[in-house]
Amino acid sequence: MKSDLAIRARGLSKHFGSLRAVDKLDLDVPKASIYGFLGPNGSGKSTTIRMLCGLLTPTEGRADVLGFAVPEHSKELKPRIGYMTQKFSLFGDMTVVENLEFIAEIYSFPAAHRAARVDELLENYDLTEQRKQFAGTMSGGQKQRLALACAVLHHPELLLLDEPTSAVDPQSRRDFWANLFRLAERGTTILVSTHYMDEAERCHRLAILDHGVKVADGAPNELQQSTGMHVVEVQADDPYHAQTALIQLPGVASVTQLGVRLRVLIPESVDDPVALVDQGLRKQKLPAKSRIVPASLEDVFVAVTMKPEQLAA
Amino acid sequence: MAVMRKEVRQLRRDRLTFGMIVGIPLMQLLLFGYAINTDVRNLATAIADEANTHLSREFVAELNATQVTNIEYRVDTAAELERMMQSGKISIGVAIPHDFDRRVADSTRAAVHLLVDGSDPTIAGIAEKLRSMPIGFDTGAAARNPGLIEVRPYYNPERRTPMNIIPGLIGVILMMTMMMFTAVAIVRERERGNLELLINTPVTSAELMIGKVVPYIGIGLVQLALILVAGRLLFDVPVRGSIIDLYLAAGMFIAANLALGLFFSTVAKTQFQAMQMTFFLMLPSILLSGFVFPFDGMPVIAQVLGEALPTTHLIRLTRGIMLREATLGDMPGELIFLGAFAVAATTAAALRFSKRLD
Repeated sequence: MKSDLAIRARGLSKHFGSLRAVDKLDLDVPKASIYGFLGPNGSGKSTTIRMLCGLLTPTEGRADVLGFAVPEHSKELKPRIGYMTQKFSLFGDMTVVENLEFIAEIYSFPAAHRAARVDELLENYDLTEQRKQFAGTMSGGQKQRLALACAVLHHPELLLLDEPTSAVDPQSRRDFWANLFRLAERGTTILVSTHYMDEAERCHRLAILDHGVKVADGAPNELQQSTGMHVVEVQADDPYHAQTALIQLPGVASVTQLGVRLRVLIPESVDDPVALVDQGLRKQKLPAKSRIVPASLEDVFVAVTMKPEQLAA
Repeated sequence: MAVMRKEVRQLRRDRLTFGMIVGIPLMQLLLFGYAINTDVRNLATAIADEANTHLSREFVAELNATQVTNIEYRVDTAAELERMMQSGKISIGVAIPHDFDRRVADSTRAAVHLLVDGSDPTIAGIAEKLRSMPIGFDTGAAARNPGLIEVRPYYNPERRTPMNIIPGLIGVILMMTMMMFTAVAIVRERERGNLELLINTPVTSAELMIGKVVPYIGIGLVQLALILVAGRLLFDVPVRGSIIDLYLAAGMFIAANLALGLFFSTVAKTQFQAMQMTFFLMLPSILLSGFVFPFDGMPVIAQVLGEALPTTHLIRLTRGIMLREATLGDMPGELIFLGAFAVAATTAAALRFSKRLD
């Protein structure tokens, strides 16, 4: 059973003083899949990734990465993982090719195949034209492609990507994900952290982190089906006042405005959510049309990160 | 060695650092070589000759001949001398009383009053020398005092300052540049985020440390050559002992400083902090190492502190080898200290640096 998992963590915790950055995290990441960490800033995504590659020592709990316990065996682990930091961390005063060659040397990539591998990466990651350019002068998307090329140079079994797309435009993000799918297809396990919903949707599985606690995990569509909430979409003439009116209704857990539409989350325990919304709005004389819609990942996120007191209301 | 090659490549591109490698030694050499001159000459002097006899005029001429003083003013009274000194016009005032001739013959009374600007310690020292100047001359009187002790300065008979300064400067320059470069070496990568990537690769701490240090040893040895050549051409400072000994001593010193810089680099969180730490060590290294002040003349506490600084030991070695024709075998203690220091600092740095972030 263990052999199907690239990462297995139990009760993994990291405390910085009184702050519980990561709190009793259980994690099962199947091999050759893209696993997403979704969560707002400060939810413990980076800390978890750093513990998994042996950079930080867990306060409690244990984790096996590719069968190696971290951080005790992180030395054996290092050659098998690729890591892409949140901030661009290659050498700005060296050219694209020099950066790749340096990484190749660091990983003791066989000298005979080095040049061929560098050319292959330049080709795959569309950097051939920039080969002589200093890394520091490149655009966000180019830097990100270079960082990924460096991270996969030594054919790692596991890729850890810490918010890789936070500094690039939408087109670069699309291309980037195309690259990730290709890598996963060839058997690489990829753990990627993000705070973009659309990216989370592309993952095979994902875990939602909030204040260091895993509040949900599963495949995106599973999560969308098991929110425990009805999602009512309301098209109102006066969405702003409709929102104010709805949030005060007993039984309404959350209201989010998306342009002229409102997404209203109502616990499944309420029998007729549409009626609840319609009545509430009619009382305030706010004309609107409402209907039940399937939950989006954002609804899932809102639902699972909700405070218990909000849920009670 | 990948880290090393990367370091050299980055260094070559970093024009500013590269300029400093050559610029700092040359600038300091010129600065110290030309500007710092402890053999004082041509001090502004005023004479108040109230006697104005044959003997007093001869004394003034004699005084002028020493070249230490440069008689710029002649005034009438000693009171005027005081005013001139206060306003900073003169450094030395010579008051010759009207009964000068009688006083010269009388060994119990001072013949001349010398007013000296004691606010400058070097000038005060000069006055001591002038005091022993023989007066009496053609009278052949008993007041003549040829001095009981004759001083013969070995190794530097002309008493030229560069002879002392340049061997010492080797220590100061190497200390400054070496420590500064490595102090920022690791912090810089940490600040730029490179370190987080590097420690996630199979690179070991030792590889990282050695790769960062070795290029700078080369640079240090080049700097040494630069100082020696410039010292020879510009100031005629010889290397009397073995050049190999000199390079060995300097190499050990460079290693000690690089290791210390590396240690700073593992302690500091930012490049600025690392810089401050090097400056913190720079001042005592210049002041307490015997570079500026004679070591034996310092208070005991200063000597103890000075003894702990690698620069002190290197300066003893360079002065010994370059001027006294000594060999390393003559001064094993100094070399052993440098070696021990290098080992201790490297160990401390390696222990401080871990491949973890916490």
